Amino acid sequence: MRLDFERLVVEDVSRQYGRRRALNRVNLTCQAGEIVGLLGHNGAGKSTLLAILSTLLAPSSGRVLYGDASAYEAGAALRSRLGMLGHDLFLYPELTARENLTFFAKLYGCTDVPTAVGLALERAFLDDRGDDLVSGFSRGMRQRLALERALLHEPRLLLLDEPFTGLDDASGQALVTRLRGLRDSGRIVLIATHDLDLAEGLFDRTAILRNGRLGVLDETGGTLRDRYRDAMQQASA
Amino acid sequence: MDQRLKDARIFNLIVFAAVLFAIGPYFVMSAPVEQTMGLIQKIFYYHVPSAMMLFAAAFVCGIGSAVFLFKKHAAADRLALAAGELAVVFGIIVLVTGPIWARKAWGVWWQWDARLTSSLLLWMMFVAYLLVRRFGGPGSEKLSAAMALFGMANVPFVYVSVNYWRTLHPKTSVITEGLAPGMKAPFWFCVVAFAILFTVLLTLRTKLEKDRAVVEELYLALDE
Amino acid sequence: MKQFLRVAWIVMRKDLTVEVRSREILYTTAFFAASCVLVFAFALVREGRPMEDAAAGILWIAISFSGTLALGRTFERERQTETLKALMLAPADRPAIYVGKLLGIVALLGVVEVLLVPMVGVLFDATFWARPVWLVILLAAGTVGFTSVGTLFAAMLVRARSRDVLLPVLLYPITIPIIIGGVRGTAALLQQTPDEPMIRFWASLLVFFDVVFVTLALWTFEPLMTE
Repeated sequence: MRLDFERLVVEDVSRQYGRRRALNRVNLTCQAGEIVGLLGHNGAGKSTLLAILSTLLAPSSGRVLYGDASAYEAGAALRSRLGMLGHDLFLYPELTARENLTFFAKLYGCTDVPTAVGLALERAFLDDRGDDLVSGFSRGMRQRLALERALLHEPRLLLLDEPFTGLDDASGQALVTRLRGLRDSGRIVLIATHDLDLAEGLFDRTAILRNGRLGVLDETGGTLRDRYRDAMQQASA
Repeated sequence: MDQRLKDARIFNLIVFAAVLFAIGPYFVMSAPVEQTMGLIQKIFYYHVPSAMMLFAAAFVCGIGSAVFLFKKHAAADRLALAAGELAVVFGIIVLVTGPIWARKAWGVWWQWDARLTSSLLLWMMFVAYLLVRRFGGPGSEKLSAAMALFGMANVPFVYVSVNYWRTLHPKTSVITEGLAPGMKAPFWFCVVAFAILFTVLLTLRTKLEKDRAVVEELYLALDE
Repeated sequence: MKQFLRVAWIVMRKDLTVEVRSREILYTTAFFAASCVLVFAFALVREGRPMEDAAAGILWIAISFSGTLALGRTFERERQTETLKALMLAPADRPAIYVGKLLGIVALLGVVEVLLVPMVGVLFDATFWARPVWLVILLAAGTVGFTSVGTLFAAMLVRARSRDVLLPVLLYPITIPIIIGGVRGTAALLQQTPDEPMIRFWASLLVFFDVVFVTLALWTFEPLMTE
């Protein structure tokens, strides 16, 4: 069953661990063809929010709507429309790039696996390294491969947790270009990051998480770094 | 009002249990003395009901854990925790009184008797339950629930395998099969006393966990 | 159903490919099993003669201990690359992933047992080949039972603290019926004249255990792996 959606709605989502509230009544709406940035300190709740959006974690209260359906209603088919790039890249170092992609393509139910894998290797600029073990790849190469892995099944919603970590300038720019391409093809891209310089001009909208609460930044008024700093100062004032 | 009524009922039960345990020993002493083992045999009046409560607690913990895992009711998990602790407590009573009896009866503390060995295994499963809860970090409620569920499912296998493991080296059974008439009344009296004690402890402990959860929620509400 | 088996097969093949490449878990587990046998041999053999039924006991203890090691190591590897999360994110049936992992580890332990049985047979003069079919049934049923519970526990402990010590703490009490069944069944097999009814009894107990616990694990895998 192919389920699809054009809007992601986060409705009053809270998540607590015992006495600690990781997320406090978060509200957010994202449309298809948007790149939304998620900024905040370490421990502000970014990873928790991404985990909830990827359906791996259930909110303590509130709900997330993918189109009209919640995660519970949509079931396993929803996961075929979600793609995630975690901090640890989700790649098997003992397998080659091609084997990694083939495994995930089959697992995610892609129809024409060899073509999809070939295309993914091309987009990652790794077609000549396809049969090399991932353990021998640099961070940048693994990142490109991991991103294509997350996109194999052509998800509608792409969640990225700190994708710019450990990337050099060139790789970072390449990633920005790729993400813009994805946005233009109608996907919803949600990026949690610390790298304010690389993310400059990338986000259509920017949200900040502070102590579990979400606020939205103005899109005008200086560089991303300036606006972020202003917002953080305002909060502690 | 509702809470006061509940408190009143629990208080009544506590008093009742206390009374039963106060007159229990009198009953036990007035029962006929067993021929071969003498006075020590009277441990049986506490040993067997404790074993029954061990199994009851294990069962409650297992069912509560299953409900918690599949229906996600936090109340079920609180009940399971209380039952798990009681399983360990009554298990200790069983495992202490059993060897005392065995020592007098056969001269050895431990005899690999099928029932006592099965009780030991069951007890260890619930000690493991508590260990996971304590040391598993956040989210350990679900992990321990799995342990309780598997532990409960394991009871028939443990019983059958230990039984047949033992009968290859036949020895005398611990519990005399038929109870002399004079012994029935004190025995069932003790069973009732223990059952009421079990219910009281289970209710109080579950309530403690419920109160703890309420306090956590209050802490969270502070954050709003 | 076909989809389920397909996913399980893919996961198992991936696990075996990874293992064949590095062979880390295979070598270390096999060596550990061999050391286990020696340690127990020194403990239980007196004046060159082993205690009664020592061979059967030592075999199953070695399987149990090395199985725990293999389980811990396999899931530690998945934890480091967080690939378990990627598996959970797949649109596939979660229980199918469990089955795939289960089969992979059973295969690994099977290879270790192929090395262990002759070793124990030689060191303790144990006639394992008296009833080869029954031996295979006992080993298969016991290994599947042990691994079915072990895979579930190891997977759910990936997110927990103190996971290294908690796996044996949880696993051993539950798998004692397997040890009892395996050892008594194997001992019955190793007698002068193998006691067939006994072997049959213990083998059926093991198979029954497998059915119950694999079913239970399939039911509980998804609720346990999601928060």
